[in-house]
Amino acid sequence: MKILVGYKRVVDYNVRIQVKPDGSGVVTDGVKLSANPFDDIALEEALRLREKGVATEVVVVGIGPADLTAHLRNGLAMGANRAIHVVASDAVQPLTAARVFLKLIEKEQPGLVILGKQAIDDDANQTGQMLAALWDRPQATFASKVEIADGKATVTREIDAGLEVIEAELPAVITTDLRLNEPRFIKLPDIMKAKSKPIDTIELGSLGVESHGHLKTTHYAAPAKRSKGVMVKDAAELVAALKQKGLL
Amino acid sequence: MSKILVIAEHLGGKLNSSTARAVSAATAVKGEAIDVLVLADSVDAIASEAAKIDGVSRVLTVARPENAHPLAAILAPQIAKAAAGYSHVFVPSTTFGKDVAPRVAALLGVAQVSDVMSVEAAYTFKRPIYAGNAIITVEADATHTVVATIRSASWPAALTGVNSAPIEAITVDAVLPTHTRFVELKQGSSDRPDLQSASKVVSGGRGVGSKENFDIIFKFADRIGAAVGASRAAVDAGYVPSDLQVGQTGKIIAPELYMAIGISGAIQHLTGIKDAGIIVAINKDGEAPIFEIADFGLVGDLFKIIPELEQVLA
Repeated sequence: MKILVGYKRVVDYNVRIQVKPDGSGVVTDGVKLSANPFDDIALEEALRLREKGVATEVVVVGIGPADLTAHLRNGLAMGANRAIHVVASDAVQPLTAARVFLKLIEKEQPGLVILGKQAIDDDANQTGQMLAALWDRPQATFASKVEIADGKATVTREIDAGLEVIEAELPAVITTDLRLNEPRFIKLPDIMKAKSKPIDTIELGSLGVESHGHLKTTHYAAPAKRSKGVMVKDAAELVAALKQKGLL
Repeated sequence: MSKILVIAEHLGGKLNSSTARAVSAATAVKGEAIDVLVLADSVDAIASEAAKIDGVSRVLTVARPENAHPLAAILAPQIAKAAAGYSHVFVPSTTFGKDVAPRVAALLGVAQVSDVMSVEAAYTFKRPIYAGNAIITVEADATHTVVATIRSASWPAALTGVNSAPIEAITVDAVLPTHTRFVELKQGSSDRPDLQSASKVVSGGRGVGSKENFDIIFKFADRIGAAVGASRAAVDAGYVPSDLQVGQTGKIIAPELYMAIGISGAIQHLTGIKDAGIIVAINKDGEAPIFEIADFGLVGDLFKIIPELEQVLA
């Protein structure tokens, strides 16, 4: 079985995001970029399934500009067999990303597609679900445990009410939550090995994906700040303050 | 004129308060009608709750055995069909809505607006990106249905009680897949208020120190009738299950009172609580970042302070 893994590059999660003063975007020049943390988890899960003998090949997919190659090499160093780079000059929205994945699925025929539940830049949390809809296949979102057997995935999902277990016939789309696994660290010899692994390059325009259905972002703003409150000296003062507010 | 379809979220035959919050957002669109769609195996109790929400024009129900559990693959084709004639489909931005809404949007061939914080105009919305560190204004295509998830913490629940909207059973002609099946739901059984909708929340962090020590948090929460939450650090350390996690990757909540106890205040945690009414921080480290956003801060040992609080309250 082949597994396709979405591998997006985003602003590193440790970077403090600054909105440009003119409201035209956030500052990304010179800012550290890394793999979307949920995508690292997706790749790790795919690699573990390959190590268990469930999967035979793991393919990482990235959509982005020409310099995305270095990022895809990281995915290969982590252990993916090969990479597909869909070259797009601008960031794509989730619906376009889902349409791109569908095109790749038609060619690659994977048994499983694993994506992060959301990317930590746009926080959309849509691509996996949209792909499953367009592909007319099951979706198992927010996965914290995945078991593959007898042509189906049994997935534990982290939902507001607790942990939900569902069964999904393969092929299917799984999106990862934080506690699914802890991604491995890349070792130096793996970086060397990754240099000889193949990266297929496809121009976004050549895939023939529909381009309608987009949102237009007109303004970026910094969030409203909470002001610093007061320090109380002891339990009695705290209770008095909360009682005065009618909260206790 | 806009017509908005709000998808009801429910569990165990009860309407989730996230639905009334989504109705609030629908009201802000200032359209001509707000209909609530209830998809369930047994719809009556849920529908009659939904009919009482202020601003609701009609409650539409689809009762099918397949709708016993909220599986996105089953619900989305029905919602997509029912959406015909509506300008907007609003779904709560809970794990339920986040799962099903994009599937609906893709079936309709439209983009989705995630986590709507404010409605600026019928097709213009504000939503957070980068974990709430930037707020963007987005415009959706006015010639297509807008599918949006509504960020519960940004909207008060619409009032209930006065309204009595008509309830109509509808049939939707949708082929439902059999490739996805519900197996079980493991709920942290509890008589405590639900974390997502509670008016008071007491959360513990790494400072609590152990699973056993977390009892002090549970007891204090019970004492003041609060739900219990936790920081990611406390969840990762195994003190409490993950469904109690508050923060960017956990639950985003907006209680009237939030008490952070032994929580230092990592950015990812603060993202989950910044819409709370009053934030109280209790931490032995006076330099902890949680104090930067707390309305009331108290520096000290939580194991000394909590018993003192209980004593003062007694």
